[in-house]
Amino acid sequence: MSEFLRSWLVLVVFGGLAVAVVGTFLGLGSLLRPQRATEQKVMNYESGVDPQGDRWSQSNIRYYVFALMFVLFDVEVVFIFPWAARLEAYGMFGLVEMAIFIFILALGLFYAWRKRLLRWI
Amino acid sequence: MNTLTLAVELAYWQQTTIRAVVGLVAVLLPAGTLVYLFLFKMMSFMQSRLGPMEAGPYGSLQLLAEVGKFLQKEDIVPANADRVVFKAAPFVVLVSTFLLVLVIPGGPDLMFIDVDTGIFLALAVSSISVIGILMAGWASASKYSLLGALRATGQLIAYELPLVLAVMGVVIQAGTLNMQGIVMAQAEGEIFGFGGIGSPFIITQFLGFAIFLIAVQAELTQPPFDMPVAESELVTGYLTEYSGMRFLMFFIGEFATAGIFSALAATLFLGGWYVPGLDPTDNLFNVIGPMVLLGKIILVAFLIFWFRFTYPRFREDQLQTLAWKVLIPLSLVNIVATGVLKVVF
Repeated sequence: MSEFLRSWLVLVVFGGLAVAVVGTFLGLGSLLRPQRATEQKVMNYESGVDPQGDRWSQSNIRYYVFALMFVLFDVEVVFIFPWAARLEAYGMFGLVEMAIFIFILALGLFYAWRKRLLRWI
Repeated sequence: MNTLTLAVELAYWQQTTIRAVVGLVAVLLPAGTLVYLFLFKMMSFMQSRLGPMEAGPYGSLQLLAEVGKFLQKEDIVPANADRVVFKAAPFVVLVSTFLLVLVIPGGPDLMFIDVDTGIFLALAVSSISVIGILMAGWASASKYSLLGALRATGQLIAYELPLVLAVMGVVIQAGTLNMQGIVMAQAEGEIFGFGGIGSPFIITQFLGFAIFLIAVQAELTQPPFDMPVAESELVTGYLTEYSGMRFLMFFIGEFATAGIFSALAATLFLGGWYVPGLDPTDNLFNVIGPMVLLGKIILVAFLIFWFRFTYPRFREDQLQTLAWKVLIPLSLVNIVATGVLKVVF
């Protein structure tokens, strides 16, 4: 296996390590802890009164616009990273290109700002 | 990269085993240090009290006592909850934490993986924890949990952008995404011809450092950005229905992530394992590097926790306003300015 793939294998090993750590702690706990669930205990906590309504209630996701804008900027970031790492090679040409790119995206942010999307809605 | 001066050549599985053990230490040791030093002691001193004093000298064994206590606590899963997702959520959060530690170098030859996408990988895996938090909040089938999880998601994605954009200035200056390369760029760099202390990016990228720390504060859902777990509004937000060991897993995840983000900040802005005045390829750094890094982690973590214990909580809309109207435009300006300076000089 190549050196490159081997270093990515470490990533998988660490993921497994995290699962093993959590599993070990929880398993150790299950040997020590009591297990006496009563009806009151497994009720959802709503400040002491009986829970109202169904299991999953509807709620207003106020930040769905931010989620959309997050996608916009996250894609932008993916484009900026390779440029940032190689800026020395691109020189002035790369700088002007990226300035235009960032300007257009900043314009998008500014548009959302003026459209009053960046406030509590 | 100089050659390893080890007496024995290790096989791949042996190296991986050592890496796994060291990784475990690297996640849990800073987390324990931060909890004891800052959450138990510094917070207490700032509030004119002593903090834990009973277990061990100056309460130093308090952490072990806490783990022992949590081990004995009953594990309550709400009857209404989506059991599989509810139980999987702590795993997802901890996986995110353990993958974050991978990219941090501890010396010229000490690293878990040496990939050219280093910092990009770290920023990518750091967002896995959002999924874990959303899982925890939704699966609990509790109103507090759901609201807390939605708040957390809105907050984490909003502050991920300043976090990533602040790093971009460092990447432009270093010209590489590799964490080892970023440390080397700081060790060998010079500021306007003066190379005596290298070029720690905190000096040339101070704006980036400030934005990074604020964003980290929000990513950790710590005060003043702790609306997702605001105890006076939402009990404990997405953690409301968690008890015993499962709660402790989230807690460990939070403080381990605090330690690792401090390590990232230390590596990106303070020079990582390097101390000025020595040759960065010196084998000495394989020995003292991790300790230097731990010292810098504690320095950065001190700042983070200082903010935590000092400021009151923001309002939810103020939080979003700060991210979108202040931090993101500022970091975009920072990128362009750094790029111009890099090309012109």
